[in-house]
Amino acid sequence: MYGGGYVPVGAEEPKAAIENPELLAQFEARIARGEKIEPRDWMPAAYRKQLIRMIEQHAHSEIIGSLPEGTWITRAPGFRRKLALMAKVQDEVGHAQLLYSAAETLGKSREDMINDLINGKSKYSNVFNYPAETWADVAVIGFLIDAAAIVNQVANSKGSYGPYCRALERICYEESFHLKQGHSVFVWLATGTSMQRDMLQQALNRWWEPIMHFFGPSDKMSQHTETLMRWKVKMATNDVMRQQFLNMYVPKIWELGLSLPDPQLRKDESTGQWLFTEPNWDTFFKVINGDGPCNRERLAVRKVAEERGAWVRAALSRADARYVTPLA
Amino acid sequence: MPILSLDPRVNRLQAEQVSDDQGPVLAAGDHWPSYQVFHQRRRGEKHSSVGIVHAPSSEMAMALAKEQYGRRGETSNLWVVCSADVLEMDYADEDVFRTTPSKSYRDPAGYKVNEKIDAFKAKNQG
Repeated sequence: MYGGGYVPVGAEEPKAAIENPELLAQFEARIARGEKIEPRDWMPAAYRKQLIRMIEQHAHSEIIGSLPEGTWITRAPGFRRKLALMAKVQDEVGHAQLLYSAAETLGKSREDMINDLINGKSKYSNVFNYPAETWADVAVIGFLIDAAAIVNQVANSKGSYGPYCRALERICYEESFHLKQGHSVFVWLATGTSMQRDMLQQALNRWWEPIMHFFGPSDKMSQHTETLMRWKVKMATNDVMRQQFLNMYVPKIWELGLSLPDPQLRKDESTGQWLFTEPNWDTFFKVINGDGPCNRERLAVRKVAEERGAWVRAALSRADARYVTPLA
Repeated sequence: MPILSLDPRVNRLQAEQVSDDQGPVLAAGDHWPSYQVFHQRRRGEKHSSVGIVHAPSSEMAMALAKEQYGRRGETSNLWVVCSADVLEMDYADEDVFRTTPSKSYRDPAGYKVNEKIDAFKAKNQG
């Protein structure tokens, strides 16, 4: 689960023109024909760089995203819920593995990606910097964050880079199970006792702003996506995806008699567009730059996992093994 | 000061905050080589490439492949091959196959005789 392909505000437009114009024309023609780019094809440096950044962020989001939910495995209400949550969290870690290998085909090793995650150089989806305070948070994450991730991932799966598309095909299939199980937990709480409904409402109130942040800043704020869209790296703008998400899921929240903490939120029937209060983007930038409620915990836990697992990897390693980039 | 979390399991780790000048935690190769995984759904079907795992040996690659590619749906068999042992054609050579689909003389659809037979019959019976 993931959102973005976060392009920093003010990022420079890729300077493709300074590269080999003939190869660039062939590359762009291939994409325009709807063909995929494969790992050892010629590609503009800016394409490679943005794809590494995007797939790597996606991988980090999967592995960090498993932490807030993993918190609740030991305290899941009942055996079936526990089994489902274990399966979901395992899937998320599996997605990270698939995505790391897709990014590796572009020339950055998994070790380097994990190093850059831990030292803070590369980002992951901002939503995972928030805690899962109650079991209802697990419902909101499993239903709405995964739903938002699916909107983003289905769009990206039609992109131009072969290995990323192949990974996303499998990921989208598994995410649809996550969404269903999340919706099930959500509905159980929403149709339960008044205490359960109250717990769910509070979780919704907590998560609404991070969810509105999920697709990234408004298109008005993030320029320079034109080339990335022509290259089918970014497949839909942040605003388009946010509208899609609101259109599909707000009715599913309202039909259960729950509310969302935004008095402006409604669909303008004449335009088909959702109207909402612009979330606080200063909060978004503050959290993505390291100062959210759980950023420090997430990275510390990741670091401990790598460090304290080192002896196991060393014990299993063979002296003659050497690194090789995955094929596809 | 160890990180303080809502999660008691995190508190038990006694994990320290990552410092601002954190160097690399992993060295090149720490996460092992990669293996290509081939999955057969049912007996009688073919094995298909499904992805990769990182592993220190083919035995470990197989254990991880079972977990990563066999945890859902049907699985009858798996192969793992070290990525280094696969020779890949260069995509730049793709054009050597460009004319292959038009080689109708290699294809059953390239041989159509019914018109001839019908014409022959019409002529001889007419």
